[in-house]
Amino acid sequence: MSQILQPGIQAPDFCLHVTPDQKLSLSELRGTPVILTFYPADWSPVCGDQMALYNEILSEFRKHGAELLGISVDGAWCHEAFAKDRHLHFPLLSDFEPKGEVAKQYGAYRSADGCCERALFVIDKRGVIFWSYCSPVAVNPGADGILQALEEMQK
Amino acid sequence: MADLKIPVTTKDHLQGNENAPVIVVEYGDYECPHCGHAYPIVKQLQKHFGQQIGFVFRNFPLAELHPYAESAAEAAEFAAANDRFWEMHDSIYENQEVLSESLLLELAETLGLSAPALRESLNDSEFAPRVREDFLGGVRSGVNGTPTFYINGHRHDGPFEFESLAAAIDAQL
Repeated sequence: MSQILQPGIQAPDFCLHVTPDQKLSLSELRGTPVILTFYPADWSPVCGDQMALYNEILSEFRKHGAELLGISVDGAWCHEAFAKDRHLHFPLLSDFEPKGEVAKQYGAYRSADGCCERALFVIDKRGVIFWSYCSPVAVNPGADGILQALEEMQK
Repeated sequence: MADLKIPVTTKDHLQGNENAPVIVVEYGDYECPHCGHAYPIVKQLQKHFGQQIGFVFRNFPLAELHPYAESAAEAAEFAAANDRFWEMHDSIYENQEVLSESLLLELAETLGLSAPALRESLNDSEFAPRVREDFLGGVRSGVNGTPTFYINGHRHDGPFEFESLAAAIDAQL
């Protein structure tokens, strides 16, 4: 497992496709807490799927004013089909070209597999990493850590 | 490893021995095929371990994926309010492939419950707060998909097959 960026570090900015014709930069969300979740791939088995789970918990994240962003190396068209199929109500970013470049900056790229780690980052309003966690790739980390971090951040 | 944050209380639906040395908690979704797969396995565990385990079922409907999961969960809570929780729980899983709102009403009638009362309860989302409370408690405890099992409060990260769950229970005995 690679060493992911730790709390206290300024989250590296990025500008990635969020739909086939739109891009999103992390810096656009300055002033808002951001949950950045790197995951290996779209289309993993349905009921244990991490993005589908977070989708059900969105209202809890938003109670803390936080925006959720999913990010993988899948292309924007793939994300679009996946988001539509699973009724996802949050953006999926494509770390597609150059492949995995953003994931590498966050220490969340698995070179051997050519995909992202299951890595979570909670970023504060100033763009500083408040909490980060890297899960074994086969284990969906759930959302308890994210919610705890959001609560602590508000203290 | 994640632990169960919401202790088992009398508010829970518990089957078997409440004072058993091992309490198994499942967070499940009535429309989830993996939960449907786990359903007979839980029965098998209950038969195998008898009074040594108590089994608790909590709601974790993934409503964006499964259109009937929420109403099924609310229907089971409606049945619980009429002392028929486990009958409803079992009937839903046994008919999972044809799950629909009309099936829920039919099952209610079969169990001697009032279908119009259930329809009204579903329309009013009478048991939605209870289902949501289960769901959020599960989120707090690190539920990471359905089904998620806790054996004496510890999340079971292995497969939800008989051998794996039985070994985890044995380890607590």
